[in-house]
Amino acid sequence: MKDKIAEKVLLFIALSAILSLALITFFIFQQGIPLIFKAGLANFFSVKWAPTRAGFGILSMIVGSLMVTIGALAVGVPFGLAGAIFLAEFSSKAIQKTLKPVIELLAGIPSVVYGFIGIVILVPFIRNTFGGPGFSVLAASIILGIMILPTIVSISYDALRAVPSTYREGSYAVGATKWQTVVMLLIPAARSGIVAGIILGMGRAIGETMAVIMIAGNALKIPGSILDSVRTLTSTIALELGYAAGDHRAALFACGSILFFIIIILNIIAIRITGRK
Amino acid sequence: MAKISIKKLCLYYNGHQALRSINLDVTDKEIMAVIGPANSGKSSLLRALNRMYEIDYARISGEILLDGMDIFDIPINDLRRRIGIVFATPVVLPGSIRKNLSYGPKLHRRIGKAEVDELVYNALKSANLWDEVKDRLDDSASRLSGGQQQRLCIARTLAMHPEVILMDEPCSGLDPVSTAKIEATMLELKKDYTFVLVTNNTKQAARVSDRTAFFLLGELIEVGKTQKIFTRPVDTRTDDYIRGRFG
Amino acid sequence: MTFRIGPRTSQIIAYTILLLMTVIVVVVLFFIIFYILRNGVGQLTLEFLTDKTREMGKEGGILPSILGTIFITVFAILIATPLGVGSAVYLVEYTRGGMIRRIISFGADCLAGVPSIIFGLFGFIFFVITMNLGWSIVSGGLTLAVMIIPTIIRTAEEAIKSVPHSYREISYSLGGGKLDTIIRVVLPTALPGILTGIILGIGRAVGETAAVIFTAGSSLGLPTSVFSSTRTLAVHFYILAREGISMPKAYGTAAVLIIIILAINFIAYRLMHRFIARYY
Repeated sequence: MKDKIAEKVLLFIALSAILSLALITFFIFQQGIPLIFKAGLANFFSVKWAPTRAGFGILSMIVGSLMVTIGALAVGVPFGLAGAIFLAEFSSKAIQKTLKPVIELLAGIPSVVYGFIGIVILVPFIRNTFGGPGFSVLAASIILGIMILPTIVSISYDALRAVPSTYREGSYAVGATKWQTVVMLLIPAARSGIVAGIILGMGRAIGETMAVIMIAGNALKIPGSILDSVRTLTSTIALELGYAAGDHRAALFACGSILFFIIIILNIIAIRITGRK
Repeated sequence: MAKISIKKLCLYYNGHQALRSINLDVTDKEIMAVIGPANSGKSSLLRALNRMYEIDYARISGEILLDGMDIFDIPINDLRRRIGIVFATPVVLPGSIRKNLSYGPKLHRRIGKAEVDELVYNALKSANLWDEVKDRLDDSASRLSGGQQQRLCIARTLAMHPEVILMDEPCSGLDPVSTAKIEATMLELKKDYTFVLVTNNTKQAARVSDRTAFFLLGELIEVGKTQKIFTRPVDTRTDDYIRGRFG
Repeated sequence: MTFRIGPRTSQIIAYTILLLMTVIVVVVLFFIIFYILRNGVGQLTLEFLTDKTREMGKEGGILPSILGTIFITVFAILIATPLGVGSAVYLVEYTRGGMIRRIISFGADCLAGVPSIIFGLFGFIFFVITMNLGWSIVSGGLTLAVMIIPTIIRTAEEAIKSVPHSYREISYSLGGGKLDTIIRVVLPTALPGILTGIILGIGRAVGETAAVIFTAGSSLGLPTSVFSSTRTLAVHFYILAREGISMPKAYGTAAVLIIIILAINFIAYRLMHRFIARYY
């Protein structure tokens, strides 16, 4: 009897995650989607963002988000994969035991701290070395690249470790070096896990807000070079939500809807790839 | 009257039939040995008797009576208190020896500290373990040796004052000395408890049991006085198995 | 004919590059922590930690933000822990594959990937406006709770899964019901792993900015009730740094944040190790 009640209560609790997701989806879309139709797609996907005067163009922000995300992947993927391969295949148990928590710590550092490091070190460095304002696509890409490292490292690491050790032994047995084994055998075998890690990292980069606001400069135009200032979808929401009202607020939720849509697609792809039971 | 009466018992694990229409009576205060090769249904029989098969998502048909009462009419926690089981691998729960012993009784009623002490003493004494562990009742049970852990598992079952104790190859992983201690314990306890002993060790069955049942591929081939089964079995398959021709 | 690098040489080159890149990653991490601590620890006086914030943070201490952070985090954990652990129990103990399990898992996985600004938007429109809770500790706490539920579900699920099946069997064989078994055997055994998840959740809540700034607000007053608006440490630090109010105070606040995060990760790491040492 009490077991039956417990099961019902637990089922209800267990639905909290999916219910939350449904609520989030509903409220973000309900607030944002109507404006997209009200403004019209031509207006919405233009570059003119003047939400208090019926200009709802988010094109430059979409381009901005894409640029910093690609930049972040350019930084994060090579380092992340290198870290994962080194950790999984070239290091002793002792090093694995030390480095894993270090990488997890990297994930624990608040994004505002990354942004701050960007302001005080990276931005001045870029300004003095390459010119320009310093607050730029480049600065945002580097910081975001560091921020997505833990995601890429840990998921790729798990994928590599999941390859049965008989594969490795077979490969060594025919005289292959470790590196040859990694390139020819392990990476192909762990491919789907690695791709999932990269996709989740991509999701983190495109969704990151505070760090990007602090170092990207937030100018409202499509950047001409990686040294130019840039504004993302997330920055726009965070910068303007505090004072926006009416259609302006709806427009920010529209930005959120686009972002949310992209993220959900990326998540579904990643979940599909890793094939969670 | 039989302590346990099994009638036309069949047991299925998703599609696979593990027991085929078993009819068997277990007399009160006897040790009934159940022998047979792998996949003969011995363990399935035990798991049917106290409805442990249910957590394996198996199904049964037929009838099992405990003191003449259908086991499905007895509340499940009560049934499992009355029919205890000791598994092949000793599994001690995390925590102290004392905690392991009081776990069962505390599931069924509230008990005070003095009562716990008494119950711990009695259970360990009956399982022949008291002298070895009396000074470390609050130490982690996992520090005991394999043989001691198995006797602790027996004590844990005894602590619930069961009527029947099912033993599922209780000595399979133990050395001869520990095995001898457990066999001695069973023989002492026989005056108060009914045992159903599943064993792969035919010699053990011959040493401790009053009656023996031989199972093969889910069927009960033959049951009778242990001495008779081991000297003059009726079925040739029983004879072959006991003489080690297969299994 | 082109020059070919032998397998041995390529192995050495690859190893060197991988090692170098890994070292860079580690150095960057330690540099960030070291840099913040070096510049911030000097600010950490008793006065800084226990004084009210004055002149928007240019003067005074960070007491309101410390209290705000604690209240919001505690609130979030109190809501998220039963939901997260309950979900994990249901997933492991009550489902055997099947549709329900897939739906719940999908919800947790997807929620884990939702960026914090979306939680901020949601919390703002749902808790602050629709439920009329205003900018408050409640709104912030509820928003963060939704955000950390997946973290707790995933870690608790792993912990519960790693409790040996035989423990459950023993409990059932002694006449325990499913609920008895879960409460008396499974959860105590999985406790260190579950705590690790909760602590990681605390870490996420403490460091979060985007999701709280639009739900709890950024008031600098001392919170008087759960309906007070408040400013967490991370939000305070963000405002100090971004608006250039006071660099020394920003470093000081960042140092407090980093120390909390280090402590949290250390505790989680130790707990996890005790857990692993016990079962593997």
